[in-house]
Amino acid sequence: MTQPGAEPWGDVPAGGTVLFPGSTERNLTGSWRTKLPVIDFDACTDCMICWVMCPDSCFKTAEGKLLSVDLDHCKGCGICATECPVKCIEMVLEERD
Amino acid sequence: MTLKLRDLTLLDDGFESGHGLCAGCSESVIVRQVLLALANEPVVALATGCLEVSSTRFPDTSWKVPLIHSAFENAATSASGIEAAYKALIRKGRMADRPMTFVVFGGDGATYDIGFQWLSGALERGHKFMYICLNNEGYMNTGIQRSGATMLGAWTTTTPAGDLVPGKPQWRKDMTGIVAAHGIPYVAQAAVHNWKDLMTKVRKAEAAEGPAFLNVFAPCDRGWRYEPEDTMAVSRLAVDAALWPLYEIVDGAYKLNGPRHKSKPITDYLSSQGRFRHLMRDREPGVIEDIQANVDREWNRLRVRCGLEPEVLEKTQV
Amino acid sequence: MVDTQERPASAGPATSTAIAVNGGEAVAYALKQIEPEVVAAYPITPQTLIIEKFAEYCADGLVRTEYINVESEHAALSACVGASAAGARAITATAGPGLALMFEMLGVASGMRLPIVMHLCTRALSAPLNILGDHSDAMAMRETGWVMLSGSSPQEAYDLALVAQTIAEHPDVMLPTANLVDGFMVTHAVERVDVLPDDVVREYVGEYEPETSLLAEGSTATYGALDFRDYYFEHRRQQEAALYRSRPIVEQALKRFGEISGRDYNILEPYRMEDAEVVLVLLGSAEGQAHAAVDAARATGLKAGALRVRLFRPFPTKAVAEALSGARVVGVLDRAIGFGSVDNPLLSDIKSTLWTQSNRPLTKGFVYGLGGRVVTLGQFNQAFDELRSALESGEVPLEPTYLGLREDGEVSE
Ligand code: SF4
Ligand code: SF4
Repeated sequence: MTQPGAEPWGDVPAGGTVLFPGSTERNLTGSWRTKLPVIDFDACTDCMICWVMCPDSCFKTAEGKLLSVDLDHCKGCGICATECPVKCIEMVLEERD
Repeated sequence: MTLKLRDLTLLDDGFESGHGLCAGCSESVIVRQVLLALANEPVVALATGCLEVSSTRFPDTSWKVPLIHSAFENAATSASGIEAAYKALIRKGRMADRPMTFVVFGGDGATYDIGFQWLSGALERGHKFMYICLNNEGYMNTGIQRSGATMLGAWTTTTPAGDLVPGKPQWRKDMTGIVAAHGIPYVAQAAVHNWKDLMTKVRKAEAAEGPAFLNVFAPCDRGWRYEPEDTMAVSRLAVDAALWPLYEIVDGAYKLNGPRHKSKPITDYLSSQGRFRHLMRDREPGVIEDIQANVDREWNRLRVRCGLEPEVLEKTQV
Repeated sequence: MVDTQERPASAGPATSTAIAVNGGEAVAYALKQIEPEVVAAYPITPQTLIIEKFAEYCADGLVRTEYINVESEHAALSACVGASAAGARAITATAGPGLALMFEMLGVASGMRLPIVMHLCTRALSAPLNILGDHSDAMAMRETGWVMLSGSSPQEAYDLALVAQTIAEHPDVMLPTANLVDGFMVTHAVERVDVLPDDVVREYVGEYEPETSLLAEGSTATYGALDFRDYYFEHRRQQEAALYRSRPIVEQALKRFGEISGRDYNILEPYRMEDAEVVLVLLGSAEGQAHAAVDAARATGLKAGALRVRLFRPFPTKAVAEALSGARVVGVLDRAIGFGSVDNPLLSDIKSTLWTQSNRPLTKGFVYGLGGRVVTLGQFNQAFDELRSALESGEVPLEPTYLGLREDGEVSE
């Protein structure tokens, strides 16, 4: 398949209808971030408040347990850190090359 | 199903990351809560706005559920057409009868202002759909202009805080009340920070025998001038100051779902956001008193409709 | 009401039933036979005849259509957009100012490639307010990406209502299509209309089966996404290509319709054109007057002819050029003014068409019938008189002639 954005005009899906559900996942919005959330998993109670409050669906879970933060997409808003009831998320200034 | 976050994490919310909404935006949080709460397969209709341009930029989409956007003002009418198609296709035996829910997301501009007539028509006709107003009190997508939902005194780019006029000169429209006047079965106000209340309301809306309307308070860090991490805190303050009471109207009966008493002065709310800074800095006591008076009037009117005594309110300390 | 008939086993045209109806009711009858999933409309003169009749069919349970009584024309087309994307056949009808209010959605419907059909009961645009017929509305939509067909009688209004459906939904087209039914002159004219049996119509129009839809099982399609500078241009180019692709499909649809109805239509309707040197080109319901004027001119020895454009968009350039290849003077009748343009709309199309031809004929513009001004044989006789002078002198004034416009001391009909 031709790279999105490189198709000749005749090959572009007609009418602007998008047929690839959830495809914005390829946009790595993590690059927007200046601070990143660091979780103290020992203190975490798996309450899932951060999971429901994150605007960018970054909290990955399995069987009711918090597993990880998707740093490819985390925009560093800090809502999770503010809302975590046990304050086990800390926003840390990110050092980038 | 009960609303337990741990159970909900097992579901796919149907809205993917990588969208272009600002860091800290409340809109995607609301969208995810709505989609998670639904029992039926949804079809979504979007009005033009932040959510739409940020989540459906060709050739990509953040959505994993079927969705249509066609213009700014007519998302409720898109839903009318879809619902009519659904009924007729089933009646003609051209599709299997399966339960579906038609959900509209529109901003306050799309709801209070430009799409008002389209929404009213769809409500009056009684299509079975759910309209969610993502109320961030202004035209944020076009650069923070005032709407009929913007609060008195607020700075916006079309109501700048000038020497003569300190922000928006008018109060705001009681859109929830106007929608309720259509006599539809379910109307409610919710706010982004109270996920349980919001999701409970979405379920009630989905179960309603007719149109349902949810006016959801959706703070905008960029337009309201506060730090992104404070989105939920600002939402909570609006509810605590009785500026945005959480309530529902089920078949005409009012019920308060949030705090029964005002626990914060309006100044706490105003000082949380840069869009009101000029009021605090310049000590615009007249404007702040006007805001308080409007809040109190609406709050007590609502309390009476909910069968409660009006609250005796202290004069605001400025 | 007519009884439906069984289609005869023999091949060839089906047995039609003659009914006496006005053009509006003829369209409504076609809608009843098509039985679309959704009709959304807002009442406006002179379209009301269509929607009132159709509302009766709904109220009597004769159709399983969802009829949405919307609160405005903008909403009418908006509802059709939603319904069409949901996989339903969606139809609307409007006129003049109603079309103007829909304007935003005209481009949305074509840009989203939704095969909505609209019956446009052509009417003047405000101001001044005028409820009567002309083509100002149709001309305003001519570059919004719709296929546009135009008829001249209640019979044709019925026929093209069926034909429009098959053009719009053709997989190589997928564009909204308008059936121009001239306000009052056709909508309100009671004439004999031969209607086809229901089953014949059903077979002709088939069902709308889109590849994707909002309601399809497992659908995850996003309709109406935002295009930025990386895609908008490509989509517009595709839309243009689809519109031009529709030309042969329109011809096929008309041919196929001729086979079932015995009524032979093509994209142009020539009258005494075989050896015509002086031709009047027109759109819509003034055909009767045009034909009579041709006959009168012929009686005086002028080799006169008339050419009516049935497919207005995409404009059938090649066919028009061919039809006019023998003409020496071409008069073009516009029932609208293209304010500030070099020429009025139809004249502009004809001139552009002729520009690339060798032996270009002279062209002359006429404006007639605005705001329901009565169109008379005398006006078209006058047109032929002017064309005759042009033929003789080899010169035409650039200014259009306003046929039937009141000059000093005259009394209009
Ligand atoms: S900082 Fe914001 S975007 Fe990042 S994980 Fe926390 S809530 Fe999500
Ligand atoms: S909010 Fe805090 S305690 Fe709750 S799951 Fe997230 S990190 Fe853990």
